[in-house]
Amino acid sequence: MAITRSVLALAASLTVLVAPALAQEQDTDLPPKNKWSFAGPFGKYDRAQLQRGFKVYREVCSVCHGLKLVAFRTLADPGGPGCTTAQAAAIAAEYQVPAEPDDQGEVKLRPGRLADYFPPPFPNEQAARARYNAVPPDMSVLAKARGFERGFPYWVWDMITQYQEHGVDYITALMLGYEDKPPAGVTLPPGNFYNKYFPGHAIAMPPPLTDKRVDYTDGAPMTVEQYAKDVSAFLMWTAEPHLEARKRTGMQVFIFLLVLAGLLYFTKKKVWHAVELKPETSRPKA
Amino acid sequence: MSGHATYQPKNAFMQWMERRLPIAGLVYSSFIAYPTPRNLNYWWTFGGILAFMLGVQIITGIVLAMHYTPQVDFAFNSVESIMRDVNYGWLLRYLHANGASMFFLAAYVHMFRGMYYGSYKEPREVLWILGVILLLLMIMTGFMGYVLPWGQMSFWAATVITNLFSAIPVVGESIVTWLWGGYSVGNPTLNRFYALHYLLPFVIVGVVVLHIWALHMVGQNNPTGVEPKTDRDTVAFTPYATIKDSFLMVVFCLLLAWFVFYIPNFLGHPDNYIPANPAVTPTHIVPEWYYLPFYAILRAIPNKLLGVMALGASIVILAFLPWLDTSKVRSANYRPLYRQFFWVFVIVCIGLGWLGSKPPEGNYVLIARIFTVYYFAYFLVILPILGLVEKTKPLPNSIAESVLQASAPSGGKA
Repeated sequence: MAITRSVLALAASLTVLVAPALAQEQDTDLPPKNKWSFAGPFGKYDRAQLQRGFKVYREVCSVCHGLKLVAFRTLADPGGPGCTTAQAAAIAAEYQVPAEPDDQGEVKLRPGRLADYFPPPFPNEQAARARYNAVPPDMSVLAKARGFERGFPYWVWDMITQYQEHGVDYITALMLGYEDKPPAGVTLPPGNFYNKYFPGHAIAMPPPLTDKRVDYTDGAPMTVEQYAKDVSAFLMWTAEPHLEARKRTGMQVFIFLLVLAGLLYFTKKKVWHAVELKPETSRPKA
Repeated sequence: MSGHATYQPKNAFMQWMERRLPIAGLVYSSFIAYPTPRNLNYWWTFGGILAFMLGVQIITGIVLAMHYTPQVDFAFNSVESIMRDVNYGWLLRYLHANGASMFFLAAYVHMFRGMYYGSYKEPREVLWILGVILLLLMIMTGFMGYVLPWGQMSFWAATVITNLFSAIPVVGESIVTWLWGGYSVGNPTLNRFYALHYLLPFVIVGVVVLHIWALHMVGQNNPTGVEPKTDRDTVAFTPYATIKDSFLMVVFCLLLAWFVFYIPNFLGHPDNYIPANPAVTPTHIVPEWYYLPFYAILRAIPNKLLGVMALGASIVILAFLPWLDTSKVRSANYRPLYRQFFWVFVIVCIGLGWLGSKPPEGNYVLIARIFTVYYFAYFLVILPILGLVEKTKPLPNSIAESVLQASAPSGGKA
């Protein structure tokens, strides 16, 4: 067909033009895909993994990274790490937060309550910069604020397979992407480290995880790889605390819409039957 | 409105009412008895889908507005509190954000359908122009809505797009300052964008009413492009069009639900989950996918002022389409040459969208320029000439005849 021919000719000439541009694009390794319990239409968080990831966060990440949008009460919310309210309150009480001003107008610190949010590790950006020469980003929505482009045609495939774990795959890859020595010819600014997956490769954060740094009591391997995955899963929860409810509701909505679409399809067929069968006699009155 | 079957209420109250405010009669003649061509295919259901999506956006938007704070220090966190603490807030926000994408998708399908079947031609010019105005309003509304979460892409998109006005000679800089309400994108900008983002959808509703009014004045086009002549060519809007529209609307909802419930952030940019920071520029500032073709045209032109003019022209030119297309035949089904140029045009538009997401360097710029030339040549050269030289296929005498031909064993493509 003529249309097919002209379209094919156009596509062929485009490929010639685009191929070199595409080839020069992939200069960074893309983070490898991991298996996540929360991926796919039936995804749910692995409670034990969230608990372990929370432990890694508290013992390692929280020194520099805040979770200012996360309230202690949410630790006991359904679809989260599965703490009891008492456990969440006990965790909150371990943190010191600014109290309401007293009679003299003094603001003192008090133990955290369920309604409080994780206090920031630094009072302000300047304090962070003075200490670390960089501002460690708040981690509340980090798992949604990071990603990478897989380019055409992969994104079409990702849309169909519901791959949306770019952020957690990136964070995991970043934890594992440190290299002791930068490749030949690469010089790093002072105080920076080489990371395969960080954009630009020079990252100010030293490798945060080492084997056996955090004690696991549930028998999970105490390796950097396991720590990285667990903390990434935990950060997915902090970024998307209602993920389980969303996917569960989605399934209900899908079943409802599919049934409704089926009913409407057959109703439509029935209604139009007479019109399509005898075109010359129709014009049914309403 | 077209004087077909009139509404004669039997109920005494409705008779009383009809003599004072004939609203039931209006609904009856517009959405029940209204004659609609019997050969409409599923591409004609997108008008109804668009009306439905507008409703979804307005309802979710009003509830979101009850929880949102348009202030630079609180905007980002208020959106996060909607996601975390408002009952079904995640559903409202994801519906609204992905709903905007689906709204544009449906609008583009609706427009391409109109172009393929020549629905803009006499006597439907005003109907088409109202549609172009709706597209412009949608673009403005969508852009301002994208700024409200006050993430990095919000802030920088606002900066880049408002800065386009600085290309205007002499008064450009003053206009930009006036738009911002200051010397950079800041709190006054966010405030006014919020106010306008709330206002414009209701302007859209008003123009949609005019659009439907104009439609009911001239009647729907159809795949043959031949006007209905007798009652045999049409069916009543209800139940025929109603049930067909409802079916495809539900199918469209399945697509929307796929994004909302399973990949809600797929069409967004991760950088918009980083709070706006005027001191840090993102590596690539890209607009939402539905603006990418226009963005590619803007960047294809090396001169800023000319680029901005091309961007504006790429939308405004649509309004002149009824007069640029010189062919008397409406439907591409009977225009063998036009059909090829049309499909190349569709590919060029999608290609421009892809180029808009790429950095403006190397061969990308070259291809973007070729595509931009085709985009404008399609309207300014191809369509005017084609109508004069093209040998079109014979048109059926009536819609009913074309339906009969199609159902016969040797029938052609309807």
